[in-house]
Amino acid sequence: MLSVTGLRANVGDKEILRGLDLRIGPGEVHAIMGPNGSGKSTLAHVLSGREGYAVTGGTASFEGRDLLALEPEERAQLGLFLAFQYPVELPGVNNTYFLKSALNSIRKARGEDELDAVSFMRLIKEKLKVLHLDDSLLKRAVNAGFSGGEKKRNEIFQMALLEPKLAILDETDSGLDIDALRVVSEGVNALRSPERSMIVVTHYQRLLDYIEPDFVHVLYKGRIIRSGGKELALELEQHGYGWITDEGAAA
Amino acid sequence: MTSTPAVEDIVGSEYEHGFTTEIESDTLPPGLDEDVVRAISARKGEPEFMTEWRLKAYRHWLTMTPPNWADVDHPPIDFQAISYYSAPKRPEDGPKSLDEVDPALLETYEKLGIPIEEQKALAGVAVDAVFDSVSVATTFRETLAEAGVIFCSISEAVHAYPELVKQYLGSVVPHTDNYFACLNAAVFSDGTFVYIPEGVRCPMELSTYFRINARNTGQFERTLIVAEAGSYVSYLEGCTAPQRDENQLHAAVVELIALDDAEIKYSTVQNWYPGDAQGRGGIYNFVTKRGDCRGARSKISWTQVETGSAITWKYPSCLLRGEDAVGEFYSVAVTKGRQQADTGTKMIHIGPNTRSTIVSKGISAGEGRQTYRGLVRIGQRAANARNHTQCDSLLIGDRCTANTVPYIEVKHPSANMEHEATTSKISDDQLFYCRARGLSEEDAVSMIVNGFCKEVFNELPMEFAVEAQKLLSISLEGAVG
Ligand SMILES: Nc1ncnc2c1ncn2[C@@H]1O[C@H](COP(=O)(O)OP(=O)(O)OP(=O)(O)O)[C@@H](O)[C@H]1O
Ligand SMILES: [Mg+2]
Repeated sequence: MLSVTGLRANVGDKEILRGLDLRIGPGEVHAIMGPNGSGKSTLAHVLSGREGYAVTGGTASFEGRDLLALEPEERAQLGLFLAFQYPVELPGVNNTYFLKSALNSIRKARGEDELDAVSFMRLIKEKLKVLHLDDSLLKRAVNAGFSGGEKKRNEIFQMALLEPKLAILDETDSGLDIDALRVVSEGVNALRSPERSMIVVTHYQRLLDYIEPDFVHVLYKGRIIRSGGKELALELEQHGYGWITDEGAAA
Repeated sequence: MTSTPAVEDIVGSEYEHGFTTEIESDTLPPGLDEDVVRAISARKGEPEFMTEWRLKAYRHWLTMTPPNWADVDHPPIDFQAISYYSAPKRPEDGPKSLDEVDPALLETYEKLGIPIEEQKALAGVAVDAVFDSVSVATTFRETLAEAGVIFCSISEAVHAYPELVKQYLGSVVPHTDNYFACLNAAVFSDGTFVYIPEGVRCPMELSTYFRINARNTGQFERTLIVAEAGSYVSYLEGCTAPQRDENQLHAAVVELIALDDAEIKYSTVQNWYPGDAQGRGGIYNFVTKRGDCRGARSKISWTQVETGSAITWKYPSCLLRGEDAVGEFYSVAVTKGRQQADTGTKMIHIGPNTRSTIVSKGISAGEGRQTYRGLVRIGQRAANARNHTQCDSLLIGDRCTANTVPYIEVKHPSANMEHEATTSKISDDQLFYCRARGLSEEDAVSMIVNGFCKEVFNELPMEFAVEAQKLLSISLEGAVG
């Protein structure tokens, strides 16, 4: 599904990803943890095609395509989804209109029929229920004036609607209250399927209590320095990063 | 008599509405003097008072010089090179129904998607279509007549309602007002007259489509709308133009009069040919629009979406005379390529407790140049006057400019004024967010820009709002990248 090898990326003169390897198979959930500034969001951005990063080495292929050669919208149309760490506000852009345009643009690129207003509204109501979101959100502008938690829930709601093949959730748990964390996790779990893979970026074990990962990776200074099963996250929770970064530094 | 404009003028599909129509025109040779003014008046069979009115304006015009204070550049206009009259040929008495209208004309309207056909009219839009300079087709007169509403061409009004015309024409924009308004008074070809009697709510939205067609004929429209006490009317004005080579001068005058408790809503979507990529051949749009809130509690709102023209010089204004009168101005103006726009509004608070709202959204792309020029004046008698002004500019790319020039004059201490101004760019974050959801860059820009203009589009009648959004998207195609 996704295969990243030796990926290097700079912002300006600063090298942030420094030879990163990651392989994700269909239906797998991978958690990526790592201290602040280690490059987690950078990885998410580079994979989804954000401008401002210079890829200086390595490869990334997704569904057999050279991911790095594609425009951001082409990646989305191919089934890549990024739930933003900081969702962006679009003042005046109606949420329903935005979602419908996004969905239809993706459907069109896949050669599917565009959804008409009626079927779209039916679909959207269904997805709202899964995330316990109020439909007043639909009438508002995208993320504008949403609370931090609402923004994060809205990201997962978009994911539910767009049904990606690979979703990257960048700290979706931050800013969520205890109940919202449960609701969002249930939403994410409902979307788990043998065809859909996920990368879950988080700092905390508590999200992984809900969304059980198949693999856990530690990203440190632009590289994955340790990979393991879900028990790795528990160990990190107990010992902190020093435990492996020291070890990593020693190695 | 001019022949069909050359087809080689039509350059590909750069301009969606850029085609010309084969119609025989009855055109005066270029040039302007008293004889031309008399000839225009004669061709329209006008009564003596109109001829004199025109001549007075013409003589005054000779004493004036073109204004140069607006922030726009263009070569001097040769007023002697312009032909001041062009009327489509038609049966002696003019068409009584669509069957009598020149089929080539109807075809033009079809191409433009103008709702002149029955079904569209049934949808509630009565159309008084202006082709070149003379009105050629009017629908739904009867329904309007039943309500007592007069909706006809100015030429017709001059004959049928001379008293109303004498009373109101030039009463809001006198011929002495400015250079272009004065020229218009001398040579205006036609336009629309609307009269809503006391207490009547106009049963449908009134709509006029303008189109500039015969080569080199300046278009001098004149619109006069009178809303008697307690009446209401919503008027839509939209226009597109065929692509052509020479600059075309358009100097329209619009006068609105609202008496006690009357309300006039005037909406415009303007999409004239802006010129080619080098800025050649676009329309010069020098318009004087003014509404007079003469009565107590009267209200006039201007809503405009301006995407076309090479040069726009336009300040729809409100004179708030009656106490508690309300003036509103909602505007979206787009300049791209080499377009220049100097536009804004004037809110003149004369009566007590008068209120005004100004919402201006300027979008500049390419080498577009845009100035918002707004005047809010609170007069000596205007106790408790209130104004809220919001001026937002959105820049796309780094070669365009946007300026805001607010003038404020306050002569009463109780005035309450608020002014907000912002300038922003479409952020990379916003673009990336949209693209990461599968939207193309162009769709993303159009979506963000439409969002930026939301407050103004909300003021437009539904159908018009949809068209305006479409127009905005079309006009910003290729603006980013
Ligand atoms: N546009 C930028 N300009 C300069 N430095 C940047 C830019 N983007 C990222 N960086 C730097 O790259 C490093 C990695 O940032 P990144 O956001 O990927 O970290 P992260 O692992 O997601 O951290 P966090 O856990 O705090 O979200 C940081 O040192 C950050 O300051
Ligand atoms: Mg991050």
